[in-house]
Amino acid sequence: MEVTQLLLNAQSIDGTVRKHAEENLKLFQSQNLAGFLLSLAGELANDEKPVDSRKLAGLVLKNALDAKEQHRKYELVQRWLSLDMATKTQIRAFLLKTLSSPVPDVRSTASQVIAKVAGIELPQNQWPELVGSLLSNIHQLPAHVKQATLETLGYLCEEVSPDVVEQEHVNKILTAVVQGMDSAEGNNDVRLAATRALYMALGFAQANFNNDMERDYIMRVVCEATLSPEVKIRQAAFECLVSIASTYYEKLAHYMQDIFNITAKAVREDDESVALQAIEFWSSICDEEIDILEEYGGEFTGDSDVPCFYFTKQALPALVPLLLETLLKQEEDQDLDEGAWNIAMAGGTCLGLVARAVGDDIVPHVMPFIEEKISKPDWREREAATYAFGSILEGPSPDKLMTIVNAALTFMLNALTKDPSNHVKDTTAWTLGRMFEFLHGSTIETPIITQANCQQIITVLIQTMKDAPNVAEKACGALYFLAQGYEDIGPNSPLTPFFQEIIQSLLAVAHREDATESRLRTAAYEALNEVVRCSTDETSTMVLQLVPVIMLELHNTLEGEKLSSDEREKQNELQGLLCGCLQVIIQKLGSEPTKYVFMQHADQMMGLFLRVFGCRSATAHEEAMLAIGALAYAAGPDFAKYMPEFYKYLEMGLQNFEEYQVCAVTVGVIGDICRALEDKILPYCDGIMTQLLKDLSSNQLHRSVKPPIFSCFGDIALAIGENFEKYINYSMPMLQSAAELSAHASGADDEMTEYTNSLRNGILEAYSGIFQGFKNSPKTQLLIPYAPHILQFLDSIYMEKDMDEVVMKTAIGVLGDLADTLGSHVGGLIQQSVSSKEFLNECLSSDDHTIKEAAEWAKHAITRAISV
Amino acid sequence: MAPHDLRRPFKRRPISDQQKRRDLSLLRQSQHRSDAQQRARNLASSVISLQSSSSPDVDPETLSEPMPDVDTTGHESEASSFDIRQASSLRGPEARKWFASQLMLPEWMIDVPENLSRDWYVLARPAGKRCFVVSADGTTVSRLRNGSVLHHFPSALPGGARKKGVSGPAQSYSILDCIFHEADQTYYVIDMVCWRGYSLYECTAEFRFFWLQSKLDETGACDPPSFYHKFRFSVVPFYNCDQSGLHSVYTGSLPYVKDGLLLYNKHAHYHTGNTPLVLIWKDERCSQYVIDTDNNGQVPNQQHIVLGLQDDGKIVTSDDPPVVVNCLNADFIKQSGLSPGSLVRFAIGDGGLNCVDGKFEKADLQYISVSNRARAFADSYSKIMFQYMARHSPLKAEDLASVVSQENQQDKLPEVEMSD
Repeated sequence: MEVTQLLLNAQSIDGTVRKHAEENLKLFQSQNLAGFLLSLAGELANDEKPVDSRKLAGLVLKNALDAKEQHRKYELVQRWLSLDMATKTQIRAFLLKTLSSPVPDVRSTASQVIAKVAGIELPQNQWPELVGSLLSNIHQLPAHVKQATLETLGYLCEEVSPDVVEQEHVNKILTAVVQGMDSAEGNNDVRLAATRALYMALGFAQANFNNDMERDYIMRVVCEATLSPEVKIRQAAFECLVSIASTYYEKLAHYMQDIFNITAKAVREDDESVALQAIEFWSSICDEEIDILEEYGGEFTGDSDVPCFYFTKQALPALVPLLLETLLKQEEDQDLDEGAWNIAMAGGTCLGLVARAVGDDIVPHVMPFIEEKISKPDWREREAATYAFGSILEGPSPDKLMTIVNAALTFMLNALTKDPSNHVKDTTAWTLGRMFEFLHGSTIETPIITQANCQQIITVLIQTMKDAPNVAEKACGALYFLAQGYEDIGPNSPLTPFFQEIIQSLLAVAHREDATESRLRTAAYEALNEVVRCSTDETSTMVLQLVPVIMLELHNTLEGEKLSSDEREKQNELQGLLCGCLQVIIQKLGSEPTKYVFMQHADQMMGLFLRVFGCRSATAHEEAMLAIGALAYAAGPDFAKYMPEFYKYLEMGLQNFEEYQVCAVTVGVIGDICRALEDKILPYCDGIMTQLLKDLSSNQLHRSVKPPIFSCFGDIALAIGENFEKYINYSMPMLQSAAELSAHASGADDEMTEYTNSLRNGILEAYSGIFQGFKNSPKTQLLIPYAPHILQFLDSIYMEKDMDEVVMKTAIGVLGDLADTLGSHVGGLIQQSVSSKEFLNECLSSDDHTIKEAAEWAKHAITRAISV
Repeated sequence: MAPHDLRRPFKRRPISDQQKRRDLSLLRQSQHRSDAQQRARNLASSVISLQSSSSPDVDPETLSEPMPDVDTTGHESEASSFDIRQASSLRGPEARKWFASQLMLPEWMIDVPENLSRDWYVLARPAGKRCFVVSADGTTVSRLRNGSVLHHFPSALPGGARKKGVSGPAQSYSILDCIFHEADQTYYVIDMVCWRGYSLYECTAEFRFFWLQSKLDETGACDPPSFYHKFRFSVVPFYNCDQSGLHSVYTGSLPYVKDGLLLYNKHAHYHTGNTPLVLIWKDERCSQYVIDTDNNGQVPNQQHIVLGLQDDGKIVTSDDPPVVVNCLNADFIKQSGLSPGSLVRFAIGDGGLNCVDGKFEKADLQYISVSNRARAFADSYSKIMFQYMARHSPLKAEDLASVVSQENQQDKLPEVEMSD
């Protein structure tokens, strides 16, 4: 059958026809990839074919070039690269030709496919003529082709990394894009496509933003586009400004006055879609300044890369009133709609960021608004005033806020019981939560919660938990922070007299018929967890009484019969919450003096957790796994009795690549079990090690799981000692190649640096565990051949000068462990290493006492090793 | 190209409680990992702290007094200052618990284990002070079970004195489990824990005893005292726990005063703390101290025991897990000024003790007082029972002998058949 018909059939309403066609397409693809891709490209390019078959041809082609999963993506890339040049050339030609098709959808699909091909080929230095041919005669092109070309450039910039495109090409792309945006461009479709393309291309414009003239030009064109009569262009132009705010913050000083005027006008007068972007510009500026100020402690020092320009502070007198106005534009039921996002919400969120960026300065700008409106008859004014108040509680110093907050507390408690508006009560409860979050706790000098008002606060919160779900949810949140504030209170907590009542009320909330609305049930359990976490020994009996209650609830969720998929999802969510709650309780009670009484529940609890694994839900699995880890720690060697049954779920967890969080917590739990069982874990180690090694070699597994796997090697080695011998031949080469990679992988960006450090830490923890495990064993000699490489690794990460404190401590510990375990066998090697001198001395004089301790230990071990 | 979603979290915490649980778990795991590593490193570090912290020979009683915090920030001259810091920051019962936890402690024999003649060694325990002897870095230190230093002296043990020669590399260390016998000023070695830096913790008793016997003599530690060797060491003779072995240790004459018999399971590793794989047994003939005496050296009319008070009012033994003996009511606790964690002394009344399957069914306890603060531990189950039996129906030497001889016959039976 010809491909057109196949593609049409694949969209048929008739399921059988569709399925048959899909199978034939797959068959075609697997039997003759080149022919398949070529005929898809041909279909896409052929203006005589039906639009539907052409669009699907493009889509299938695109999916043959890219996939979400890393490993699949890699496969597809390799397959494309291995095609013969003639086929690829022909496909490229078809694609470029399609850009001039009169059918807009087909052009757009072709744009995306071209970008995917470019994403594969440009890094390989293939298709170097692409950018040139796209731009060769852009000025002469008919409008629809120009639009498609600009769109292609946009996708291309999204797909390709800036470093594979020559600066000359970058300049050409940006010139074409910015010219397309210019008000001189008469065609709105072209202008919109150009504006959207610029958004993608901004990451390429580093050099151009460094050049005053080019930057001025780009900024002028973007600002002009925000004034276009076409709303979509205005919105796209503001998106560009938002992106510029975070990418080129330090280049903006010159333009801020103009941008303020433009954004203020948009916030006040424009369509909401545009106004939201305008607010987002200011939120992004605040984000930047908060980051800068956090990093440099508020003080501009000479060595900071990006100085703070205090744009927010300068704009304050005009910006705050602008944002306060937006607060009055609430939607009636915004608190009931999870997905709601409107100008009032965006404005309030931005106000909160402004407060964090400027601190105390914001208070006088906001207080008059609050005082004027907080008691007005119109709910909008009361809500706006309350929301403004709640928004500025993070940022200003407690000193600045304390008097105001103390005065407001009684008012808020009153509003929470008496205000007729659901909306006002929602915001009031949230504001109380913010007060407790930022102004209540051991670090605050004058407490806002005192013996005099504690009772009243708790009574009001408990009463509010019976209100509408959205309000009750916020009351649970407030209770969460109320409890959190007493985290380090010592042996006597002011919450003790109310403990029982609070627990009962939270359980009652969790059982409300409407508890699944507004995340109420989740909020109730979260608050319960925090109350338990922060409880003192005075109330441990009551926490103990909670154990059978929560276990019964978990048991009930496991008994449910035939549920609809929606019900099952809620059930699984509840299981996750209950396992989470048990986890918190285990950690609270699993140590002396409550341990022995608590552990009477262990068998039954473990039985429940194992049953949770029978349900298909990643969240519930993860929570159950975390709880088991805590239980293993509490149980110690007694945990061995659960292993025969539990082991298969451990293995399942380690195989769960897709829900990598489950895999990650499973790896962590193996560490817990190693420490609990010590050498009793031996019978399970073959299986565990096999799976861990598989995980490491897999390119399907999320990379964040790999560092903990290495640490886990160390846990296992420490637990089973010289029995680790049989894994040495597998694990050491893996560690070695990972070490080589991580030694010089130093950061392209912060995220990469952080990952590299966590990888190094994992590798080093593995070495530590292995050395310590082999200590004093006759088999230590097995490790001697690895010593040179390990010392070299330590030297090279020291030379890179980019390790964080955690790595530093682990690294110097490894040096000590190596010396301690291998002793005189490696004395000479150690003396030759840089680590044993400069690095050790640096650690010995560290301010961080844990680093210093590890270094002193290492020094002692080295002295012994080399003195023999 | 659709517009980009710019929703931000609204009235929500940026970190969910689930994420918080995850983070706390990771934190807990990494903390425990580093604790585990610290413990492994402390195997050697404990040695360092033992020999480096030459704290004055203090009376155990004064150790329990709260001491002002020593300013540790100032002195950092010592290479191993963190070990010293750690060990020296331990005070009173803490210190006792720490040092005691380094020693293997026998349970009292309340019934005869199986395969006594095949799987066990027996030796006559010298009367004296149980201590750890550590030799390293040119000096030797002995420490009592409560952590206080008994002697600080040069010895012929490896690394035990500041002289080059037979004692081996200066930096290696050795740890011996000894009893110091006052009368002849001799350290009787009952076990070997580390030898020349080589740990014997994970070795069987069979191997440790073999090593002890073959290695100790080589060093000259068993020679009479000299300038570089202040006290003599001597290996306690041990035997298979068969008829002739039992007979030798029970009736044979030895250079030291006996205090009961120690039985070691041959396959057991050196397990710190209480273990049922080492047992102590006593009767009047081989020990002066069968029945516990009070502070004045008198045997009280009633058996005295010391138990720990838990939060829930239960009073328990020192075993892990603790064995519950009885429960005190809250009023009584309050009245007597007791608090959770207190060690409390009781007398056993006429009602006596009744045990089933290692649990107390009934215990007639009479409250005496809060225990002496110098004590770190409650009594163990086996001690209470042994003492109780000693007063009522003791396990006799004849019982041991008859078990051994029965085993002997069973062992011989198949041989007889085969030779037929």
